[in-house]
Amino acid sequence: MALEIKKEWCKGCGICVHFCPKKVLVLDELGKIFTRDIDKCVECGLCELRCPDFCFTLRKGKGEKVS
Amino acid sequence: MEQSVEKLLRTKHLAHIWCPGCGNGTVLAATVRAIEHLGLDQDKTVIVSGIGCSSRASGYMNFDTLHTAHGRALTFATGIKLARPELTVIVLTGDGDATAIGGNHFIHAARRNIDLTTIVFNNGIYGMTGGQYSPLTPTGSYASTAPYGHIERPFDIAKLAIAAGATYVARGSAYHTKMLADVIIKGIEHTGFSVIDAVTQCPTSFGRKNKMGAPAAMLEWQRDNAVTVEAAAKLTPEQLAGKFIIGELHRSEAPEYVAEYDKVIARAQKGAKK
Repeated sequence: MALEIKKEWCKGCGICVHFCPKKVLVLDELGKIFTRDIDKCVECGLCELRCPDFCFTLRKGKGEKVS
Repeated sequence: MEQSVEKLLRTKHLAHIWCPGCGNGTVLAATVRAIEHLGLDQDKTVIVSGIGCSSRASGYMNFDTLHTAHGRALTFATGIKLARPELTVIVLTGDGDATAIGGNHFIHAARRNIDLTTIVFNNGIYGMTGGQYSPLTPTGSYASTAPYGHIERPFDIAKLAIAAGATYVARGSAYHTKMLADVIIKGIEHTGFSVIDAVTQCPTSFGRKNKMGAPAAMLEWQRDNAVTVEAAAKLTPEQLAGKFIIGELHRSEAPEYVAEYDKVIARAQKGAKK
């Protein structure tokens, strides 16, 4: 699965960072989300489930896609 | 977000207006997942909302939507349901909108048992207007209008709805988002007045005043203080103090208002022919 991130919708609330079990997600210097090490992602889907801003989509494929 | 959810939202209006970490987005997502699960027709589903942070949700949903007057979502929804009973009507409202400004409409919609599903975004505060306490603000908590602590007792919206005659009442939370979607599905499927109390977090107006920490910490508060109906049955009232019960709280059968009204129309037309 590939993790698609809609960075423009991110408000930096930190919910995904807190609940990510593999600590893949972090906030950048502008307080927006990015992935530190996408290879560690176990595709649990918690970020997609918990993000109140609809930033994450798990799709078929590999790696990540940021828009 | 899931591709299916993408179809049901007006994505051109995103990012939404809510504050960082606001649980309204999570409740909106649960609502949309429930609609997706039921496969409701977008042209035969109407979303009605009142006024407040929560009621902005209707604007993001790709259905026929109505953003109405403060507290009056249920009245507009009642009109829609009576005129077009074949439509599925879902009402999105906040705790203040439903129980203060629209308190009378809420109890009377429940009393009539009209086939509507009401999802109450319950964050225990008036977020949009600056954090005034609402009828659901817990006793002892702080609000901009209760700087020394809130002395009033809150409504238990579920008990209020049950006492007023609602035939399906359930509670979920933004943390228990899958369960929330599950009870919304059951509420929509139920014929009669359904109330879903969706406990959600307001990090800006409630969280800061009450020193609850980051949005994630507020979600963990929901996780740690929610008790399922099954677990609550085994606990004493002392053990349940300060906790909230989630799950299906009430289900009963009663005559539904639109069906009863149709009978009145039939009777009146029969009388006119004589």
